[in-house]
Amino acid sequence: MGRRVAIVGVGQTYHKSHRPDVTSREMIREAVTAALADAELTIRDIDAIVIGNMDHFESINYVDTYSVEGSGGVMKPIMKVSTGGTTGATVAIAAYYHVASGLFDRVLAIGFEKNSESDTTGAIITCSDAIWDRFSYSGAIPSLATEATAYMEKYGATQEDAAIIGERDRNNALNNPFAHLRRPLTVADIMASPMLAYPIKLGDICPRSDGACACVLAADGVAQKIARKPAWFKAAAVRHTYTWFGDSTDYNKGLVSMQRASKDAYQQAGITKPAEEIDVAELYLPYTWAGLKWIEDIGFCGPGEGVRFVRDGNTHMGGKIPVNPSGGVISTNCIGATAMLRVAEAAIQVMGRGGKRQVPDVKNALATGFGGCFWSDVVILSTERP
Amino acid sequence: MDNAAIVGVAQTKYERRKKDQILADLVFDVTRAALDDAGLAIGDIDSVVTVSNDFFDGRTISGMAVGDAAGGEDKNISTVSGDGAFGAFYGLMRVLSGYKATIVVAHYKGSEGSVPITTNGMFDPIFHRHLGIDAISAAALQADAYMARFGIREEDVAQVSVKNHGNAKNNPYAQLPMDITVADVMKSRKIAEPLKLLDCCPISDGAAAIIIANEEIAARTKKKPVWVKGVAHCCEEYFLGDRRLSDPVALQDAARRAYAMAGITDPMAEIDVAEVLEPFSYMEPLWLEGLGFCKPGEGAHLIEKGITTMGGRLPVNPSGGALSANPILVAGLARLIEATLQVRGEAGDRQVKNAATALAHGFNGPCGQSHCVWIMGGKK
Amino acid sequence: MAHQVESERLVSVFAYPMPYEWSIGLYGSKFFQEIKQNRRFVGIRCNGCGKVYVPPRRVCGPCFQELAELVALSDTGVITAFSVVNYPFIDPNTGARRPIPYTYGYIKLDGADNIFSHIINETDLSKIKVGMKVRAIFKDTAEMQGNIQDIKYFDIVA
Ligand SMILES: [Zn+2]
Repeated sequence: MGRRVAIVGVGQTYHKSHRPDVTSREMIREAVTAALADAELTIRDIDAIVIGNMDHFESINYVDTYSVEGSGGVMKPIMKVSTGGTTGATVAIAAYYHVASGLFDRVLAIGFEKNSESDTTGAIITCSDAIWDRFSYSGAIPSLATEATAYMEKYGATQEDAAIIGERDRNNALNNPFAHLRRPLTVADIMASPMLAYPIKLGDICPRSDGACACVLAADGVAQKIARKPAWFKAAAVRHTYTWFGDSTDYNKGLVSMQRASKDAYQQAGITKPAEEIDVAELYLPYTWAGLKWIEDIGFCGPGEGVRFVRDGNTHMGGKIPVNPSGGVISTNCIGATAMLRVAEAAIQVMGRGGKRQVPDVKNALATGFGGCFWSDVVILSTERP
Repeated sequence: MDNAAIVGVAQTKYERRKKDQILADLVFDVTRAALDDAGLAIGDIDSVVTVSNDFFDGRTISGMAVGDAAGGEDKNISTVSGDGAFGAFYGLMRVLSGYKATIVVAHYKGSEGSVPITTNGMFDPIFHRHLGIDAISAAALQADAYMARFGIREEDVAQVSVKNHGNAKNNPYAQLPMDITVADVMKSRKIAEPLKLLDCCPISDGAAAIIIANEEIAARTKKKPVWVKGVAHCCEEYFLGDRRLSDPVALQDAARRAYAMAGITDPMAEIDVAEVLEPFSYMEPLWLEGLGFCKPGEGAHLIEKGITTMGGRLPVNPSGGALSANPILVAGLARLIEATLQVRGEAGDRQVKNAATALAHGFNGPCGQSHCVWIMGGKK
Repeated sequence: MAHQVESERLVSVFAYPMPYEWSIGLYGSKFFQEIKQNRRFVGIRCNGCGKVYVPPRRVCGPCFQELAELVALSDTGVITAFSVVNYPFIDPNTGARRPIPYTYGYIKLDGADNIFSHIINETDLSKIKVGMKVRAIFKDTAEMQGNIQDIKYFDIVA
């Protein structure tokens, strides 16, 4: 069996729609510097690095070798992993295996994206299969919209129900000094925003952000010396279900990859009642409907119960299981870093360093990554050494 | 490190253009062949790593194209974007972390994209990409720096091409088995001074797969497990101008750590065969120097003295190497597969006698910026 | 010599095309040939689970087994989900702006067990609903090129 692993430091840049003041390498360096400072380590203490993004978003091939000045990877082992929207969590999970394997004691995980440097929608379209799907596909929004139409049809959820998620997350973002969009947005604002692709309106969808995030992971025995309260990995799972879009879009079944990754993660963590045993969740919710529907797939409530669960306040700050104290993806979305931000924010909650966004008495925190092409990552972090 | 072994391997034949097959076809074929080789069923595999690159495949999240074909259904699956030697490293870490068996598959179709454009994408977009530099022209710079520093002649490195294309005749998977002479290399078309056509790898299509397993699975596989004795990787600086191109320092560091893990103190004496990733002829002697088989500047003498030829003290690239087939990404995994076959004693006509310890090598980035070194052995 | 550090920040622009030539494979080729010859779809059945997949492919992911039994499908199906796309964007296939609005749809073809994605020829929200029946409208045979655009779009029929 592998070694126990914990997150002992996290760092992130501030987020904006456009960072023309820095190259992506320099932006990565900001996050790395912050993570090392948080762990009170220097780059010399780091044994290996994992990094990821999406090549066509910055049009850089081999980002691992390109980024070394910013990542600190000169004369260190560095590896690149990439799974689309989930990349940031996938990187964190790869870093987890680096440490769990026993080969490395202290590993740096980095996610980043400068969405401003390319046509994001054009780049996203290229994730669809060139022969079959690319002709009709127009990026993340319409494919998410199809899920929303199916969910509304099946359970009678309304556009107003979904807008509650946007209001909740944007309100939470006011407590997060690193968030990109730090202006409140109400249900009424969202309902009045322009229709992009029915039923998704401008207020329902995440922004495009530039930013980077880094985490320091350490092995059992090392972690305790670095952090007063390490965030221990209890579970890490990844699932993908897709050859072509039509293989995974039977919405009667729900989001199968998320269901499977969650099930695997709960099994690893020994969790049987997620809504009772998890204290806070940082979920990769790129659009508002996900906040209703995917919490069903993650198992916080049953199928079709998402609207009631949210309307009862369970997922708001102070509720049973606060979702996205950071403001989530609706407030900040630097795609290659977005899923790592979920893991980092979950670690912050476990470490008790959340400041105004801290949920009291967190023991277990759950983070997810999602990629528009049916990738799902689930990570569970805990104050408790497993 | 706990014990872990390569228990199954498979490759497609490498060809210039596999027009009839999509990437998933190639991956499905090698995945099933690797399972057959190991005597395992897909249900024995609990983790999947694909090796995929978005530029080369012309698709963002390129790993998606092959998930089902790699047997990834309801399994923990991920994608390494880089050479297959690094993908295998991730597969190993997953096994050491508690997974029983990880399949690592790499796929590449050089015929589908534009290699100059996709490899130009490796270079800095602000300072270098506009110059039109690509993998070949960068390699030419490195060749020039290396050869000028040590007084190596073009004829010296041409011998590598002669040897490796000759070795490829014994490898049924190789793309370019050829009987050629140093004179043929010398008079072949200039590609980028000092590189000539026969100093350069071909463009190739192909796929490869390995299964890495823990001791429990390795105890019941069909073929003799080949154990991981040592492995390490390391990356140096990015800008070519910040590096001394004739000094592969990252390779030296990776080799030093891999040898330490494997308990190797004298590589020339303790390693029986090496498969190194040499898409250009000058790279083989340069990497052999980095790997510590000889002193800097002496790599080219190894072939001259017959040390690296079949029957020599350290046969290098019995398979024909990347000069004889270079499906990028797959190529490093192919080196590891060849090393595995050598240790098994199953390398057919390219078998090195009594190969107990084998070295495999792959790299990422222009002019070998990031190297990965594997030492494989027959005993735990 | 001391320099003032602050300055205007410049950008470096890159806009070259990146060409590719992707293989379609055996069953994908069959699919397009069937459209051209018989103006209908073809799927492939898995002997393990019985599922019929469209587009046809070599492997059933859940069963991890080779597929070989092609099955003819009609040119009709049912909308399972859709979205009317209203925002302008550059199509990376052409480098040009794609005309909007258009309707992106998931369609369960009659006789298939998974879903096919394409375009539905209706952008009026009051006239399109999940569950409606649609029929494929193909290009004239002479204009077909053996690619996904040989299907022009799906028309709502009920
Ligand atoms: Zn099946």
